[in-house]
Amino acid sequence: MFLRLVRGAFLRQWKKMLMIGVTVALGASLATAMLNVMMDVGDKVNQELKAYGANITVVPKSTAVISDLYEVEGGISEGAYLREDELGRIKTIFWAFNIVDFAPLLDTEVTLPDGSTVTAVGSWYNHHLSLPTGEELDTGLPALRAWWTVTEGAWIDEQARSGDEAPACMVGALLAERMSLHAGDTLTMKGTHGEETCVIAAVFDAGAEEDGMIFCPLDVAQRLSGTEGLLTSMEVSALTTPDNDLARKAQRQGPESLSVADYETWYCTAYVSSICFQIQEVITDAVASPVRQVAESEGAIMEKTELLMILITVLALIGAALGITNLVTASVMERSGEIGLMKAIGATNARISALIIAEVLMTGILGGAAGYLAGFGFAQIIGHTVFSSGVEMKPMVIPIVAVLVVIMTLAGSLPAIRFLLQLRPTEVLHGR
Amino acid sequence: MSLLELKNVSKIYGTLRALDHVNMRVEAGEWVSIMGPSGSGKSTMMNIIGCLDKASEGEVLLDGTLICAETADRLTEIRRDKIGLIFQQFHLIQYLTAVENVMVAQYYHSMPDEKEALEALARVGLKDRAHHLPSQMSGGEQQRVCVARALINYPKILLADEPTGNLDEANERIVVELFKKLHEEGTTLIIVTHDPEVAEVAQRTVVLRDGRLVKETVNENFTGVMKHRKVE
Repeated sequence: MFLRLVRGAFLRQWKKMLMIGVTVALGASLATAMLNVMMDVGDKVNQELKAYGANITVVPKSTAVISDLYEVEGGISEGAYLREDELGRIKTIFWAFNIVDFAPLLDTEVTLPDGSTVTAVGSWYNHHLSLPTGEELDTGLPALRAWWTVTEGAWIDEQARSGDEAPACMVGALLAERMSLHAGDTLTMKGTHGEETCVIAAVFDAGAEEDGMIFCPLDVAQRLSGTEGLLTSMEVSALTTPDNDLARKAQRQGPESLSVADYETWYCTAYVSSICFQIQEVITDAVASPVRQVAESEGAIMEKTELLMILITVLALIGAALGITNLVTASVMERSGEIGLMKAIGATNARISALIIAEVLMTGILGGAAGYLAGFGFAQIIGHTVFSSGVEMKPMVIPIVAVLVVIMTLAGSLPAIRFLLQLRPTEVLHGR
Repeated sequence: MSLLELKNVSKIYGTLRALDHVNMRVEAGEWVSIMGPSGSGKSTMMNIIGCLDKASEGEVLLDGTLICAETADRLTEIRRDKIGLIFQQFHLIQYLTAVENVMVAQYYHSMPDEKEALEALARVGLKDRAHHLPSQMSGGEQQRVCVARALINYPKILLADEPTGNLDEANERIVVELFKKLHEEGTTLIIVTHDPEVAEVAQRTVVLRDGRLVKETVNENFTGVMKHRKVE
């Protein structure tokens, strides 16, 4: 009989039920789209944020101590180096797949033909690495200096260089202007341990102090400074999870302050501090530290993006619940005679409420299912429009949307339930 | 002990006394008509007897239960178990067939039983119309479905509010005949009407005016048969 009553209500009020279904579907589709994008957006936004450069720097331990002592960042301690042959290990840490790019840096002072002294920085550009794990990768500075503008020529192509060819270098815009250097010119640099002549591959505009420097391959800088196989620092770009209280505690008090369970959680989450910790585990006498401005900006952008999506989801659900409220209340008012009769012949408020809730929930479930499918489509549109790639469907979204649909439907039905609880059969049955 | 007893019952809405110190008894198996002009308090009295409303003052005893002291949920239970209600406007659920409309009352009372519901429809002469929707039935047929619905849970009292108010004479006669048959079977009937010809068929008629019970007449020549109207 219950099902007959429900079926009857569906058949009799199919237009209203359809409207309720469409309202639920709209709310559910937005919630589905936002939740899927939100859960998938972390990686995508992180990828986008990689354009802002490295978020971790690795320096020798003694350099870090001096930096801490004098509260300066990026200072180099004389005679403190990292080992080039250890760089590949960075791709063997627990969060290896989150290491997007990395590049070594070796600063050295060189004298140019006009007698001036400038800083030459050796690094990798499109350096090919064959890792012990069997993985092959190309990494280097271009991905970490995405904001540089190459005004002449092109980035150094390490892989195109043959053995007897002169190495390439890149000259900062200010230096190039001062010395009238152009792409294709040669430049002789004299270091403490030798002299190197490079072909200028590019003139770049960094908008910073690098505009007065020369960037050359790492091996060139090593020969100039007599530090073969060594480097002064390394920059790493890693996909990270925004810090929470646990990450902040580990950062502030050290991982040893964490309980075993917290330590495992922290270690197995891609917090910037846990990635730094894991880098220190594989690079000898190194201190890896987050570039706070970048790491915090990434975290803040991620949090704000997620907050925005949560707000849109909540507003969509509230809007849908209000729509449901109007439709269900109208439906119940239209059926007040029928409800009054049911009460008169012995139906309790609970049984009538159950009937109305069942009708609305069934409609809500159908609408929610349709909304979920539509939401998947919306998520793909958002993914392709904003991130130029599809959004992965997260199975976890299904139960969340189901719960949200039930809550939204029940919340939307509350005023109608309140109305029918207050409905007195005498007011609707006498017909006068 | 009477099946129903009203002692000094009043119903007050603000300054208006819809019922004013009404005393009345109805014995089991009795057929009573309640008459009166519009606004006399007939429906108010029916609501109180039918446990659809509570008296402001006085006591109402139904089958030994003091119903004026009960909660709304308990009144629903009493109504479900002891009272069969019939309304002027029929109030059938339009998307359910005749037999389903009868089964709704069973559903809210205990368990729906289609066979029993069909028997109830047969009692009111509607076995062949059991699977028709209300919209496919005449007014008289719809009212007979209401009678079957009211009877399905074997109530102590059948309470009808203007049961013939929306019927033509032929159907009015059929419904009154049905009441006579039910009365003969021992059903207690309380019929609220403003139609004297329907009222005088009953064993006893009480007349209300301005909320007061002003007259009570016993039909000495009770037959339960309706006289022909003067104007056909």
